[in-house]
Amino acid sequence: MRQFAATLSMLGLTGIFVACPVHAETIAITNATVHTIGPQGTIQNATIIIVDGEFESVGAALEAPDGAQVIDASGKIITPGLFTPTGYLGLVEVGLSAGPLDAVQRGERFTAGFDVADAYNSRSTLIAANRIEGVTRALIVPRATTADEQGNKSHVISGMAATINLGQGTDTVDRRAAAMVVNLGEGGSELAGESRAAALLMLREALDEAGDYQAHRDDFERGQHRDYTYSITDLEALQAVLDGSTPIMANVDRASDIEVLIRLCGEYALRCIVSGGAEAWLLAEQLAAAAIAVILAPTANLPASFDHLNASLTTAAVLESVGVTISFADDRGHTHNAGNITQSAGNAVAEGLPYQAALRAITLAPALMFGVADRVGSIEPGKAADLVIWPDDPLELRSYPEQVIINGEIVAMTSRQTLLRDRYLKEDSSRPPAFRR
Amino acid sequence: MRRLFLALATTLLLLSACGANKDATDTPFPGRYQPLTGEATIIAGATLLTGTGDRLENADLLISDGKIIAIGKGLSRDGVVVVDAAGKWLTPGIIDLHSHLGVYASPSTASHSDGNESTAPVTAEVWAEHSVWPHDPGFVTALAGGVTTLQILPGSANLIGGRGVTLKNVPGRDVQSMKFPGAPHGLKMACGENPKRVYGRQGVAPSTRMGNVAGYRSAWIAAADYRDKLAAAAKGQGEAPLRDLKLETLAGVLDGEILVHNHCYRGDEMSVMLDLADEFGYTIASFHHAVEAYKVADLLAESDTCAAMWADWWGFKMEAYDGIRENAALVDRAGACAIIHSDDSIGIQRLPQETAKVIGAAARAGINILPQQAIRWITSNPAKALGVDEYVGTLEEGKMADVVLWNGDPFSVYTRAERVYIDGALLYDRENPAMNPLTDFSLGTGVMPGGAE
Repeated sequence: MRQFAATLSMLGLTGIFVACPVHAETIAITNATVHTIGPQGTIQNATIIIVDGEFESVGAALEAPDGAQVIDASGKIITPGLFTPTGYLGLVEVGLSAGPLDAVQRGERFTAGFDVADAYNSRSTLIAANRIEGVTRALIVPRATTADEQGNKSHVISGMAATINLGQGTDTVDRRAAAMVVNLGEGGSELAGESRAAALLMLREALDEAGDYQAHRDDFERGQHRDYTYSITDLEALQAVLDGSTPIMANVDRASDIEVLIRLCGEYALRCIVSGGAEAWLLAEQLAAAAIAVILAPTANLPASFDHLNASLTTAAVLESVGVTISFADDRGHTHNAGNITQSAGNAVAEGLPYQAALRAITLAPALMFGVADRVGSIEPGKAADLVIWPDDPLELRSYPEQVIINGEIVAMTSRQTLLRDRYLKEDSSRPPAFRR
Repeated sequence: MRRLFLALATTLLLLSACGANKDATDTPFPGRYQPLTGEATIIAGATLLTGTGDRLENADLLISDGKIIAIGKGLSRDGVVVVDAAGKWLTPGIIDLHSHLGVYASPSTASHSDGNESTAPVTAEVWAEHSVWPHDPGFVTALAGGVTTLQILPGSANLIGGRGVTLKNVPGRDVQSMKFPGAPHGLKMACGENPKRVYGRQGVAPSTRMGNVAGYRSAWIAAADYRDKLAAAAKGQGEAPLRDLKLETLAGVLDGEILVHNHCYRGDEMSVMLDLADEFGYTIASFHHAVEAYKVADLLAESDTCAAMWADWWGFKMEAYDGIRENAALVDRAGACAIIHSDDSIGIQRLPQETAKVIGAAARAGINILPQQAIRWITSNPAKALGVDEYVGTLEEGKMADVVLWNGDPFSVYTRAERVYIDGALLYDRENPAMNPLTDFSLGTGVMPGGAE
């Protein structure tokens, strides 16, 4: 009676909300097993109440409020929305030979000041494709590249990453300068000249100049201070790194290079994140002590280069066991299939990572890394209502999201791929496929 | 008399030349694979996915002398090793139709880049087996993923890239000791973006898709001419042409001895390639990277051409933009031969997981794919495409004992291959890592003895 909106079966949902997403004021999802990834842990027969885009409450045997749209999720599993900690969503449509890759900045003119958020396209076909796989938040990163035919290459400092949401609203960039991406190790050496030591020097020089600029900004503006190698745009961007509000996200794999990073971060009192981390397990204790988080591809077990000789399937489990915050990329860095972090997580579990830690790695952990955990990453009152309803274990590859909710909005479970699929699912051959919708 | 003798000698010479020619295509670099010794073993009480479309519960499988001897319940256990497999699953060895292990080996240094002879658009004369580095650590990690047979192909820079080779995934000192006995050679062809990009930017043909097709046709015209001249010479009509490695390979395709494996993403291009094959009288064993196979599934079924697909790769280039996860399921639904391939040294370790992605996507689209059907996509169907289905790809009496015991449902993300047998020999045992193979490269390069694993 009070639940005036019909109780919608999950089966019905996908069909009903295809055409126009409904932004309900109040939604109650009932009878689910909810992995909150928050202090409430996992709750059986739980009700989640969403009001005005935020979680209002979650718990067993809660009563749906008057006027709520009720979704019966009996037998279903609910997780927070997935959060991919790296990739180029909204910065690429087709990778090879089809328009620019907006994640790439070549040349020396801009380094730390380069901000991918200004290139972000929330209408990219990749957004819907990944949204329906359960990805609700993502870090999008600048990407370094080696020299083109004119000899232009990227700088050791790639620039600023941003967090975005994959919702259907207009406000899609959550946080600019969520990380400052730098390249050390083998990748850095290619950009710096030859030696990886030069890559480190370039980073140090930038940090030192940024510190000096901060101390002498007024003199500099009056023309009474030395010139800098880096532009003012870049030095301004680095201030947030020096004050710890923007973490360094270092692409680095070899253990010795990670040791160098740990020392650097300590010396400058920076917040740091390792991305790659093939050999990070060798330094698990040191990383934990330095509170350096690691983004890794748990299935990348081959010595892809001499920086990866100790790549291991058990890296995730080893790091987690000593308290290092971890999150997952997939082994190909496939932005197009960002949702494959569930496969990364499942394989990490198979190699010893506790299940809840695996779920945390694809939801809350990236939110913590990039400073948005006050708003997203777990199902907790007051946070943005991002969640995924799964028919069964979300880490199993036969599982798929039945419904995704972002910022309290029940999103359309369609993408360009599902439209193609539906066109060719039809077996009517009386007219060419172009006539089928 | 003397003339007669000469004529006879010429005939004999011709005959022997003909024989030598046959030998030249069949036996250079002969396979020297010797199965390792295995013990007669019953794997008892597992769930069997046979690769023939059947699922058997709580069944025993007896292997001995490298072969599958019997499948059933309550087989006699006298004198055989018994492996208790209750609650576990048993499948044929996984077969990857498309791998570059050994030709693009780890670590991927410039000196390991041996997969594309991208110096001319038609290089039918090169053989992938001459690039295979048997110490690629990827072979061992693929074995841990249950892969027992794999085809190593040249890359896709060229219209016709050269011969592929089918290997048993056994550690070998040289490629010859890995070659699958009796497997035909493959021929790698490539449609679409790659050849036209590689050569177009050098300012030579092909630079367009129409240039691609002209390139194939020119090559087949030369091959048909070579084949006809050889055949005529064998009948004493005219001189045999000088042996030509490139044309010898192409003629081998026209004679049906070498199987075409055609990298081709787009459905419309697959349709053109099928007509090209008709024009010159050969068949295409399989399309690879067939991202749009779902658009032409009926054509594939009619022509009995397999489509080898990734589960989910899409969008990394224009011809991959229309990739959908249900692809293999739609091909299978049309009655065509669906295959999940890897093309990747990490993906090859998890072909059942990739298959599981398709099962999930198909379910979302209302298509129910049973495990006993899905397993065919990575066992019997690739065996068929490779022309080795009389030997491997199913759990059937008399087949080579290439089998994988999984510690659970193979399509679960949590499942691992527990034991991998090749020709009845236990090559990989998850419980006994010290007994497993380790390539020369892995020895001593990591901080752990035998690498991190």
